[in-house]
Amino acid sequence: MHLDEAWTSVSTSPVLGVALTLAAYQLARWLWLRAGNHPGVNPVLIAIVVVGFALWVLGIDYDTYMEGGSVIALLLGPATVALAWPLHLEMALVRRAVLPILLGVAAGSAVAIVVAVGSTRLLGGSEELALAMAPKSTTTPVAIALSQTIGGIPALTAVLTILTGITGAVIGPRVLTLMRVRNKVVRGLAVGVASHGIGTAQMIQESRTEGAFSGLAMALTALATSVWLPLLVPLLT
Amino acid sequence: MIPGLLVLLGCQLVGEFVVRLLDVPVPGPVVGMVLLLALLQLHEPAKDSGLVKTCEGLLKHLQLLFVPAGVGVVQYLSVIGASAVPLVVGLFVSWFAALATTAGVALLLVKVVRRRASPA
Repeated sequence: MHLDEAWTSVSTSPVLGVALTLAAYQLARWLWLRAGNHPGVNPVLIAIVVVGFALWVLGIDYDTYMEGGSVIALLLGPATVALAWPLHLEMALVRRAVLPILLGVAAGSAVAIVVAVGSTRLLGGSEELALAMAPKSTTTPVAIALSQTIGGIPALTAVLTILTGITGAVIGPRVLTLMRVRNKVVRGLAVGVASHGIGTAQMIQESRTEGAFSGLAMALTALATSVWLPLLVPLLT
Repeated sequence: MIPGLLVLLGCQLVGEFVVRLLDVPVPGPVVGMVLLLALLQLHEPAKDSGLVKTCEGLLKHLQLLFVPAGVGVVQYLSVIGASAVPLVVGLFVSWFAALATTAGVALLLVKVVRRRASPA
């Protein structure tokens, strides 16, 4: 077999996508540990950049990469279910904080929509762009579905949603500290509302309480955003 | 590990089914999470059980699972292109507004609840 044929069979194999993702993540995690768990050295962000660069160098397109990438992404389902475990361990705290949880999520998710649409329009963005922006604080599958129903651009919403998640993962904990928010329940809730699962993945690294409440807020925000959007969008457009 | 993973996948599948059946606007795995929480409340497994180890293992590396979708963003960054200012600034401003509002409202209510629980 010729060299280029052999390379083609390897570069189109799903194994490559899996291996590349794991290698990039391992490298990113190592850097993060070396940086003393600094959230600015976010493993998700670094791994994304490393994989993107590797694909560019190797000349592999995204669809080919995703044959392997989707195998890893498939585990997001069971991992989301697994968020029940830290939440179960924190149930005593949840019971005491029912009101802050419900009203915090309700207010935060409404403000996310109103400010997203309002600021995009004020800065000269079209209504279509503003609508694509509206559901971006909720978890990606919900954001895409909602964008479709309100007349946004689903592909753009997917990009904005993931960028919102990365923003929360990279600077969320630091911003909360600067705002002197030390209560771990509140910190978890805030990042979960503003930055869904990607923010939650960071908060799990911070502490069990923050991770549990971020996961809970992510779940409730999916529901709250679905309720708020059809009510708020007619008022905003 | 296998029984643990089966419990998680089972909860997810039931969740997906319920979501389709009742047409609720949340992802199947989120309903699965609520279901597992209910099961854990009814019967807490041992800390060294397969289920707990599987949960902790998956959550420890939750960040890994977002990498493929994130790579997609790099490929589609051009869709932001011409409208970069409203989108990027709007994204950051609304992200911060959501974070600050949630934190502000929750902090206020934590204090209210605490005061009611222990009247001075």
